[in-house]
Amino acid sequence: MPVNYYIYFCLALFSIGVVGVLTRRNAIIIFMCIELMLNAVNLLLVAFSKMHHGAAAAGATVPSTVGADGQIFVFFIMVVAAAEVSVGLAIIVMMYRNIHSVDVNFLNRLKN
Amino acid sequence: MNAIIFSAVWGVVMMFGGLIAKNKTTVTYLAIAGLLVLTGVNLLHSCGSWVIKVDTHETLHFDSMGLYFNTIAFVSTLLYVLLSGKDIERAGVHVAEYYALIFFVLCGVSILTSFNGLLMLFLGIEIMSIPLYILTGADKKNLKSNEASLKYFLMGSFSTGIMLMGIALIYGATGNFGINIGPNSAAGTGLGFRPSFLEVGGLLLLFVAMSFKVSAAPFHFWTPDVYDGAPSVFTSFMATIVKSAGFYAFIKLMDVRTAILGDSWLIVLPLVIFSTLLIGNITAVFQQSVKRMLAYSSIAQAGFMLFALYGTSVMSKEGLILYAFSYSIATIGLFAILIRLKDYSLDGFNGLAAQHPMVAFSAAVFLLSLAGIPLTAGFFAKYYMLAAAVKAGGILWLVIAAVLLAAVSVYYYFRVIQSMYFKTGTPEWTSPAGKSFAWTLLLLAALLIYAGLFPTAVLKFIYF
Repeated sequence: MPVNYYIYFCLALFSIGVVGVLTRRNAIIIFMCIELMLNAVNLLLVAFSKMHHGAAAAGATVPSTVGADGQIFVFFIMVVAAAEVSVGLAIIVMMYRNIHSVDVNFLNRLKN
Repeated sequence: MNAIIFSAVWGVVMMFGGLIAKNKTTVTYLAIAGLLVLTGVNLLHSCGSWVIKVDTHETLHFDSMGLYFNTIAFVSTLLYVLLSGKDIERAGVHVAEYYALIFFVLCGVSILTSFNGLLMLFLGIEIMSIPLYILTGADKKNLKSNEASLKYFLMGSFSTGIMLMGIALIYGATGNFGINIGPNSAAGTGLGFRPSFLEVGGLLLLFVAMSFKVSAAPFHFWTPDVYDGAPSVFTSFMATIVKSAGFYAFIKLMDVRTAILGDSWLIVLPLVIFSTLLIGNITAVFQQSVKRMLAYSSIAQAGFMLFALYGTSVMSKEGLILYAFSYSIATIGLFAILIRLKDYSLDGFNGLAAQHPMVAFSAAVFLLSLAGIPLTAGFFAKYYMLAAAVKAGGILWLVIAAVLLAAVSVYYYFRVIQSMYFKTGTPEWTSPAGKSFAWTLLLLAALLIYAGLFPTAVLKFIYF
């Protein structure tokens, strides 16, 4: 399958995430949309990694490690995303305890 | 490398110290000791000796300027803890954890000053940001703090997503995560369009994400709310050390990459700088609360720091170091006074000069430095930035606009001086300003004046 399909698919997934962040009002759903953006990036990185590997391995006689760094990056993104989830959910729970809602429309106390 | 390892380790030490220490003051002393150690090992590294030998495979590259920036960041943090340690103790119950998070932020800062690839850039930004989300929400019962924390978190992780997309596109175009590689290596990969197309798109996304992090217009809108809602002690830390580190990373990143973007870059960047300066300065004029005024002024100062992206010459880098130094010291000092006052509005400062002449004098020096009046470090910081931009050529209108807007900034900084010296009243304090507090403030003011008289005294250490 040509790599372009992956690029368009990932960009579509990423755009859905961005639109979701900008339009939804529920903090949890916004958060899920952000995760969607990160996962679109993960997929894109893996696709590019395979693409670069395929290009380097085409004429080579010895096994090539080109493209491995893209896969490693994906693991780092997963780790950071996990750290972000733990902090983010804690913040959302903290807010829910105080105002019994996760609607971001309530976030207007700072506007004066 | 020393700084990265020690800051991470000392963060853990702080957490365990919180279990053992019964007294909050002990925790502060432990943090001060940690910052001294951190500064020490960083200086050791500057002299070429590694405490622990680590092969980073060139994912990190240490140069003298980055190490010097680390030193400035650590010393500023040390001064910050010396001045506001008592207020960190009062910010909540988990004092040791706050310090631990501050150390983790410093770990992120030292990665950002030495990254040599997009992977480390990403990790540095995240290690720096995630503890800040927690610190912003440190005041758990306060709704404003909650709101600021959630807003900062959502905005921060959104911009992280955008940054990662940029990195992925650049990877697609170049085939690696180095920061020095141009587009050429994607030949024969069956990609339907020109790789440079991907790379330019990726760079623009990276630019947007970094602008978010350093609060450059038009991506600044989270800044006033977050800085206003966060507990004041942590605002002080966020607005100074973290912000300058973000700028350092931004400039390190764009240094090499701007050539790829070509002329279109020279249209976008002046617009960003101009709108940042305009929005920051004009909005700051109308603020009644000094804390919110400082939040907007931090946007305005970010506009000046963005000038360093223009020249990317030696002078602009020196200017950035000087700017980070003068801006951090002045803002930390000003916040240290503000935190201890009951009333954050301008009236809260009325009659400060009569009550505490030393404190008022230092505050006046900080404000003068922020406004960029000669004989203070702020003047030379602004001068270096603008001179580097003039040398790069072609944007004289922007430099003139920046000078005019700096004149606007004099207005709102001087209003604070006016209330301190020319209005009567008795400022109320949450914790009285003692002798040692006043002397530390005076030391900061002396540093600013010294750097304002001899800017090369600060800069010569870069080339150690």
